[in-house]
Amino acid sequence: MKPAPFAYAKARSLDHAIALLNGTPEAKILAGGQSLIPTLNMRLSAPALLVDINDLTELGRIARRNGQIEFGALVRHAQAEHSSEVGQLAPLLAAALPHIAHPAIRNRGTVGGSIALADPAAELPACLLALDGEIDLAGPSGQRTVAAEAFFKGLFETALTEGEILTAIRIPAAQSQDRFGFAELARRHGDYALVGLAAAARTPRDGSRTIRLAYFGVGATPIRARRAETALAGGDLDGAVAALVHDLDPDDDLHASAAAKHHLAGVLLRRVAGQLGERAA
Amino acid sequence: MKPTSDMPAVPTALDRPNSYIGRSVPRPNLARLAQGRGQYVSDVTLPRMAHVAFVRSPHAHARIRTIDAGEAKQAAGVLAVVTGAELAKVMSPWIGVLTHLKGIKSAPQHPMAIDRACWQGEAVCAVVARTRAQAEDACELVRVEYNELVPVTDAETALDPATPVIHADLGDNLTFERKHEAGHPDQGFADADEIVETTFRFGRHTGVTNEPRAIVADWNPGEQRLTVYQGTQAPHMMQNLFAKHLGLEEHQVRVLTKDVGGSFGIKVHTYADEMATVALSKLLRRPVKFVADRLESFVTDIHARDHRVRAKLGVKRDGTITAWEIDDLTGIGPYSVYPRTSGIEANQVVNLVGGPYTCPNYRARARVVFQNKNVMCQYRAVGHPIATSVTEGLIELAAARIGMDPLELRRRNLIPDDAYPASGPSGIKFEALSHHACLARLDTLMNYAGLRAEQAHLRARGAHRGIGFASFIEVTNPSAAFYGVGGARISAQDGATVRLDATGAIFCATGVTEQGQGAEAVIAQCVATAFGVPIERVRVVTGDTDNVPYGGGTWASRAAGIGGEAAWQAGKALRQNVLAAAASILQADPRALDIAKGTVVDADTGRERIGLDEVARIVYFRPDTLPPGFQAEMVATRHYVPRAFAFAFTNGVQGSYLEVDTDTGFIKLLKHWCVEDCGTVINPQLVDEQIRGGVVQGIGAALFEHCVYDERGQLRNCTMADYLVPMAPEMPDIEVDHVVTPTADSELGAKGAGEAGTAGASGAIMNAVNDALRPLGARPITDIPITPDVVLKALGKI
Amino acid sequence: MSDRIDVAFTVNGEDVRAQVEPRQNLVDFLREELQLTGSHVGCEHGVCGACTVRVDGAIVRGCLLLAVQCDGRRVETIEGVSDSGDIADLQAAFCERNALQCGFCTPGMLLTAQDLLTRGNGAPSRETIRLHLSGNYCRCTGYHAIIDVVEEVALARTRQAR
Repeated sequence: MKPAPFAYAKARSLDHAIALLNGTPEAKILAGGQSLIPTLNMRLSAPALLVDINDLTELGRIARRNGQIEFGALVRHAQAEHSSEVGQLAPLLAAALPHIAHPAIRNRGTVGGSIALADPAAELPACLLALDGEIDLAGPSGQRTVAAEAFFKGLFETALTEGEILTAIRIPAAQSQDRFGFAELARRHGDYALVGLAAAARTPRDGSRTIRLAYFGVGATPIRARRAETALAGGDLDGAVAALVHDLDPDDDLHASAAAKHHLAGVLLRRVAGQLGERAA
Repeated sequence: MKPTSDMPAVPTALDRPNSYIGRSVPRPNLARLAQGRGQYVSDVTLPRMAHVAFVRSPHAHARIRTIDAGEAKQAAGVLAVVTGAELAKVMSPWIGVLTHLKGIKSAPQHPMAIDRACWQGEAVCAVVARTRAQAEDACELVRVEYNELVPVTDAETALDPATPVIHADLGDNLTFERKHEAGHPDQGFADADEIVETTFRFGRHTGVTNEPRAIVADWNPGEQRLTVYQGTQAPHMMQNLFAKHLGLEEHQVRVLTKDVGGSFGIKVHTYADEMATVALSKLLRRPVKFVADRLESFVTDIHARDHRVRAKLGVKRDGTITAWEIDDLTGIGPYSVYPRTSGIEANQVVNLVGGPYTCPNYRARARVVFQNKNVMCQYRAVGHPIATSVTEGLIELAAARIGMDPLELRRRNLIPDDAYPASGPSGIKFEALSHHACLARLDTLMNYAGLRAEQAHLRARGAHRGIGFASFIEVTNPSAAFYGVGGARISAQDGATVRLDATGAIFCATGVTEQGQGAEAVIAQCVATAFGVPIERVRVVTGDTDNVPYGGGTWASRAAGIGGEAAWQAGKALRQNVLAAAASILQADPRALDIAKGTVVDADTGRERIGLDEVARIVYFRPDTLPPGFQAEMVATRHYVPRAFAFAFTNGVQGSYLEVDTDTGFIKLLKHWCVEDCGTVINPQLVDEQIRGGVVQGIGAALFEHCVYDERGQLRNCTMADYLVPMAPEMPDIEVDHVVTPTADSELGAKGAGEAGTAGASGAIMNAVNDALRPLGARPITDIPITPDVVLKALGKI
Repeated sequence: MSDRIDVAFTVNGEDVRAQVEPRQNLVDFLREELQLTGSHVGCEHGVCGACTVRVDGAIVRGCLLLAVQCDGRRVETIEGVSDSGDIADLQAAFCERNALQCGFCTPGMLLTAQDLLTRGNGAPSRETIRLHLSGNYCRCTGYHAIIDVVEEVALARTRQAR
């Protein structure tokens, strides 16, 4: 399975990367390559040019500022996994990262790449949605920030347009009163999830508790289970589980039927609710 | 580390000084592999070697209207673009039938499809280029026009009149049918207090060898010789087939197998694309290499085990089994695979159901039908997992029905250990098995009573654990009854040549092959022991038809039992020859001498008389000093084939302990056990590791592996992300123990062991899952693989 | 469109200069251009782990990295790591315990095991070992013997370190 021929250019700066990306039709960004290269090897995709951004070291930092934690797009999964800052300030990500594939893949795969690809069964997009994160994009017309809510649009379809590069993601740093929950069901460790749930419960200063439940593996994008969130925030776990049938509409896939996914979504909610400290009423 | 402890010595004619029989000697070739210095066929490069990639049919069934290769031929690096019609002029077609499978029929198969593609993935055009990448580029430029035909994709309806017949000349889609009746099954069912009746479904799956199929064919027109590097299990068989279908003499063909990255039966078959590669080398007069990539492997490596078995068992309340009945339907591909046929798996199912048990009343029907899916053929433990899962599944359903412990039900029905020779209900002949001794050993090994107590204790707390068993028999050391009698040029005998070299070391060439199971080590152990040298002095060569005795290779667990016996006999014969030479040098009686630890000694006192290196020096360089009339022969060749029994059946029993998460349907395997009797164990560690590897392949079948086809004959999961093979975190530790009942059909008494793990594992797991779920009122699960969906449905949760 | 690109990097401590096609992946480059056939190709989509090599000290999938991306990097394969002696104890134990059969997964398995054992987290449990090897497919051994070896070598190294 050898890929079709392509040209290669190594970006020296972000502006250079944008220029290269927009200078050739059918150019693609090469970051971690852990998802891109298999598609090239299988000839599912045949770009004319790969723009290698791995030298843009300024995109490889984890930084804390203004109550948020920012991950440059080139932060490797392994780097985030072993970061004590991430463990402290982004416990939801810390819980999710060990589930991503396997150590050798995590050494190369990037946080930005995972968000930009938006595989429906991937962990990080759901985490970003649960944390109400934001995504920085840079393109020929400049920089912009998109909320996670507005970023994931369809199957492998995001707000990232063809000539843009994802440069960073930001999530609120965890506060002491925050609770997080993460659970996924996969047939084998490291596989894409059959069903997964990333959840965050926050009690902001005004006292109203908000719960965000972001499921993955049950639709074309990560999905907020909004009715379930409301029920759960009101202390009604059984009601939340019942509400899922309205919130989620999974299809059958190779490893689980839609009926199984519905059922498993409910099971995960009960387990994650426990992590959030939400007991059945 | 817990290395397998050496077997206690069993004093027999094998009682040689410094015997390696029963010792866990490390394999001599491992350091090389652990350093990354192996030589796999996918590593082989030859001067002027070209690479072939194939244009493959995207349709399960289609007429090939036109192939336009004009643009492809102009592409960079392309040396040739060849169609099936062109290749048919170089290589003759084949038909996968054997005369002893009465009525089996199949259609001629060519190295590449000519008028019609019959499965998704069948090669229709070959592109040969300087690199594989260039060949793939050019494949995209070949324009093939197809007229799609209706594919046959449902085995249940394959024989319906409304279903298209894939090969009109054959009349229908029936490949083979076998019926068997023994005893009085109707009377048996009438006598039963309870009848257990159910349908088992086994998902089609495949071998997924880590190194894909690889072949380098080198036709040298100057020598008029074909050399083929191939990761095959049966080099002599392939030598014969290459010669036959290219119109060559066998001695014009040399097949070499070096290191092989796994085979498990996948690499014992004849593949159209490999035959095409050989034909291309002859056509193009240069070496051509083909390595199947992973996507190709999934649609072309033989699949196996796609069966639907309706099964019935009669049992009395006292536990006596009164009758067995099965109706097996298996859907293969559009061709019966050559030369071993795709009828053997179903034939084995009929042969093996009920095998461990005394009940003689048995009725069986098996039908094999053609479909437009990938071809199917023998894969590790051929037919045994099906037969064992059916038999053992019925046993445990029956035990539950009459409220008897499943081990107790087995005790009341397994053939007694002192009742041999005996026959199974299908007529298969057993020399001597040890079902009861194995069962007793397993009971103790797994602390069965303790596990039942733990299960009950945890059940009260809402955790659902299950314990399941599978008693099994395994076909090993096959005689010519397996294939030879049917007209196949597949050798059941094997040979070994042993030679004393000029410095006193031993060289051995064997007809069995090495794919990682340790044949080289086992052969070395037999030779070193029989002859009398430290094992470090023995070098074993395999896999070269020019330089090893004619043999069968490795399949049906024969390398140790048959190859080992030939090596043993050859070692003994060489010892006699060397002692004759030593005696003439020493002016002694050869019968008073022996060879021990590499030195000729007095047989009774062990006093050293002369070194082997000295004997060799005189024989090779100073024959002028030998007595007149004496000619030394420092080489011996012996062959061996089992004659007393058609197969050396082995037996064993496996146990599975697992926990079912009844919320999610996920299964956690806690532990697995296997007690196995394969006769004399030559290398305990190697046998145990074969069993472990085999068990995990069985676990793959039980829980994970399934080639999923849609109704259009498209394989939906042909990557390793979508086809789930067992990986480390989900596998249990596996404990292995043995009972030893040697076969009297050879001096070593070794039977085979390579497939036992796979034979019983999936049945034990299925039984354990049902044991866990039964108290919850779940419907018994008889479909494998057992996925979360299957469990949740059985529990009524979806 | 796909003109060759000059690259320079080290492989097992040796300087390598080559002109590579952008599409050639690292494991194919190592195997075909440098005849370092100890790294194996099993799937070409990053799942089986047979192509595992080290780049700048970290284990990676050789089939998911382009040779051009290795410009300026330090690449190590099983041959180099083997010659260094760093995994001699692992290799000896693999052979003694028969934790390899066909040997095809073994180079990747050894490098991944070494990655676990050099993290400085002490001797890992069997479960941790299994999890770390979750991306290395073995069809022959069923993994049990491999876990035995890694567990034992880890303990031996911990004892030695004291």
